[in-house]
Amino acid sequence: MTSPDYTKISQGIVYDPRNGIDGEVRDIWILDGRVVDAPADPSVRASKTIDASGLVVMPGGIDMHCHIAGPKVNVARKMRPEEKRRGEQMPRTNITHSGSMGSVPSTFATGYKYAALGYTTAFDAAIPPIAARHAHEEFEDTPCIDKGFYVLMGNNHYVMQSLMNNEPHKLKAFIAWLLTSTKGFAPKLVNPGGVEVWKSKQAGNVSGLDTKVDHFGVTPRQIICGVAQAAAELALPHPVHIHCNNLGMPGNWETTLETMRALNGYPGHITHIQFHSYGGGNGDENTFNSKVIPLVEYVNSHPNITVDVGQVLFGETTSMTGDGPLGYFLSKVYGGKWFSSDTEMESGCGITPIKYRNKSLVHALQWAIGLEWYLLVKDPWQVVMSTDHPNGGSFLAYPQIIRFLMDKTYRRDVLKTCPPAILERSTLWEIDREYTLNEIAIITRAGPARILGLNNKGHLGAGADADITIYTPHENKEVMFEMPRVVIKSGRVLVEQGEIRETLIGKTLHVQPNYDLEIETDIQEWFEKYYSISWRNYPVDLSYLYESCVIPTRRGS
Amino acid sequence: MTSGSTQAHAPTPTIPGELKVIHDATCTFCGCVCDDIELTVKDDHIIEAKRACVLGKSWFLNHSVEDRPSCTIDGNPATLEQGYDRAAQILTNGKYPICYGLSDSPCEAQRVAVSIVDWINGTIDTTTSVCHGPSGMAFQGVGEVTCSLGEVANRGDMILFWGSNPAESHPRHFTKYSLMPKGMFLPNGRKDRTCVIVDVRKTKSAKAADIFIQIKPKKDFEALWTLRALAKGIELDPDLVHRETGVEFSVWSDLMDRMKACKFGVIFFGMGLTMTRGKHVNSEALLALTRDMNAHTRFVAKPNRGHGNVTGADNVVSWRTGYPFGVNHARGYPRFNPGEYTTSDTLANREADCAMMIACDPMANFSQPAREHLAAIPYIALDTKETPTTRSAAVAFAVATYGINTGGTVYRMDDVPIPLRPAFASPHPSDYDVLTAIEVRVKKILGIT
Repeated sequence: MTSPDYTKISQGIVYDPRNGIDGEVRDIWILDGRVVDAPADPSVRASKTIDASGLVVMPGGIDMHCHIAGPKVNVARKMRPEEKRRGEQMPRTNITHSGSMGSVPSTFATGYKYAALGYTTAFDAAIPPIAARHAHEEFEDTPCIDKGFYVLMGNNHYVMQSLMNNEPHKLKAFIAWLLTSTKGFAPKLVNPGGVEVWKSKQAGNVSGLDTKVDHFGVTPRQIICGVAQAAAELALPHPVHIHCNNLGMPGNWETTLETMRALNGYPGHITHIQFHSYGGGNGDENTFNSKVIPLVEYVNSHPNITVDVGQVLFGETTSMTGDGPLGYFLSKVYGGKWFSSDTEMESGCGITPIKYRNKSLVHALQWAIGLEWYLLVKDPWQVVMSTDHPNGGSFLAYPQIIRFLMDKTYRRDVLKTCPPAILERSTLWEIDREYTLNEIAIITRAGPARILGLNNKGHLGAGADADITIYTPHENKEVMFEMPRVVIKSGRVLVEQGEIRETLIGKTLHVQPNYDLEIETDIQEWFEKYYSISWRNYPVDLSYLYESCVIPTRRGS
Repeated sequence: MTSGSTQAHAPTPTIPGELKVIHDATCTFCGCVCDDIELTVKDDHIIEAKRACVLGKSWFLNHSVEDRPSCTIDGNPATLEQGYDRAAQILTNGKYPICYGLSDSPCEAQRVAVSIVDWINGTIDTTTSVCHGPSGMAFQGVGEVTCSLGEVANRGDMILFWGSNPAESHPRHFTKYSLMPKGMFLPNGRKDRTCVIVDVRKTKSAKAADIFIQIKPKKDFEALWTLRALAKGIELDPDLVHRETGVEFSVWSDLMDRMKACKFGVIFFGMGLTMTRGKHVNSEALLALTRDMNAHTRFVAKPNRGHGNVTGADNVVSWRTGYPFGVNHARGYPRFNPGEYTTSDTLANREADCAMMIACDPMANFSQPAREHLAAIPYIALDTKETPTTRSAAVAFAVATYGINTGGTVYRMDDVPIPLRPAFASPHPSDYDVLTAIEVRVKKILGIT
């Protein structure tokens, strides 16, 4: 009998916040793609040993909010040839496909770049259910990482109709049916109600949480509260992921606070909160300022709420959103090309190129507001690193964000290049806090894993997926995090010092909660009345998933 | 890495003499990709195709398994293995290999084709470059305001067709998506909609229109800019407009009044716009007009795509390379340049030195210089039928027909992905099978792991 084929990461400085390990020298044992306890028999030798002495070992990074697949992302790729020709090129090698970069990299390039950055899991944040099949097809061409997506449902007609008719049992069954049919991971609300109004009239939108949505007579507040309650009852691993109403508008912080209150204590995740934390008069950029403090106070006292930041970085990028009216607004602000697409019964979409400039007071404030969020949330388990890739900037900027958080001198040096008025309109200059490596490990892996209900990710205890990143310590944290020494995915060494050594396709993470199957008849009747495709051709079957991984509900079913 | 590893669905077995019914089958004849067809199959024939239009019926009912070898080399029957080997040799020997077509293959096969091109540093192009390529380029200039076809059915109260003749090219367009459906916000169907058709000739579609506007040939751009000016309230010289467009100014201003007054306007456009004088400038004018109209009401535009999965080809090539068509990998990474890397150009300029033609017939419809050059270089052809292109190919594969013999995924003209439900098995391999076998050999020859 041959002995098990162990891999050992030897004597690294381990940061595993979920298991309370904060920079201790340890060995990590891996078997069959998972972390295991050290073999009881001390004579057992690992068949492969990675010497990590002097190096930092963390679980693989988890990007819980990015746009990397599906119709919107692909349209953005097609739409922006101009930024690809002059940027970094990705030639093929004997083990990797070629790709293109720009702000919206091609599928293969996306997978390789995430892996090379030490990220091993990523979630696309906005897939229209009818296009779920497309997202899965792209996932199969996005190598090296595990993937999942959130399903747009904040403007879904069946959702609004169930709320209008006060039928919470139907709403609950529908959410579960839709997640199961699309092989999706979590419910996503994008400008709840507002996109439906955009579809029905010129420059249409809702103005706040209590505006009634035409035709359905429901309010954004009812949608948020109803879906949060249904998701909690379904015990979904990630109950509800919310892009609030009024994104980007001066004075929108009140809408954001109301959204948090509308959750009524149910768990909810407010995404790219930086874009939703603005003070100032209605639509008036001259009075634009940071309102992080009142919002962060609410988050600090409400553990049911988590946020990711949506950090803005200076430079050129592509804005892409399921928020149709926002796309229209941004296209008017920037005056460039504009894509918009309305999807029947479900959602909208807006895409336009944008550029964040440090000399613009508004853009500099957006940058500062993002950093305030990281630095003012007391419990790092409630805040997650994101750029809302590519909206605030690329995921490739994460190392730079880490440096901003761990190095207040660097942060202030950049702040000095911004318009001085920023000092009166945000508190960033006064904040002394610097993140520790343990806190970085929380906001980039352990925290998102917990918020997403992924028990096998974001930690290095026995049973965890062997998704592990090893960094070479460096005084400059951007240097340390931009090129990991080794990246291990499912126990296999994919990257060494920026070079891809091996590739794999990765798993697709999705949910299949139990629900009242009798409601399907009602859903089918509604579907067949209004959809342009056949009922039987709507659900995505398992053949579209290269490797399916069902994440159990929080009840364990 | 294995690419395109999603397995295509195989048809259910056919029992000799017994009838088999396939519900919700998908017709891939045109870009409408109707997925509500009910097929009745007896032995290896489809004997009924319920709900299919005249083109769809012809597509399904006339389908028969080609009685010819699955593979020929230089016109002589060969085994598939011999064909795969020869194909891989041709593709790896070339200095400027090109691959073209793809719009009548499922996405699963398209993905393998792009992989092969990547490994051989080749050029990939699709039939988009000769149909709505100009719309793709226009889109890169101004963007696009659009929607899914169900939105048109549920909300579209003003429907324009510009340089498009769906009555003949997309026969169920009117009934299934654009004119007749009783939608959520249009309970009376056709009565709740206004249909306007703009074309240079009175097409068969014209009789479906409430308003038919016949413009001068090659004056689409001028007509569209007249509307753009009217949308912005810019004063125009009525005589000049009449002279240029061939249509009275009052007709245009009346049309603009109606466009501003509607709730949800839709412009479908076709090759009558994209392939006439102006090409991408015409498409750009139309997309810009649509965008402008959103200052007044909701308005969207949509190209009426022709081939069953040309939209899938755009998507697959885009997600893998970042560009929709005309993509060259000579430097090892993708570069995009329509007019240079598009197939009619790589052939007519005598640059390509070998080729793979997938589900397309350039020998029948390309320019004389392009055809002459193609005839002079070794190439591989995959098609369900014998065509001028397969006849002159060094290696020709007779392949199974997607949607009839093989499964997979196709994208409707509005980017909605739809699965295929094949009716019966073919003795010929699928595009996916052939391309996968060629990819394996190409990688072996090139030493790619």
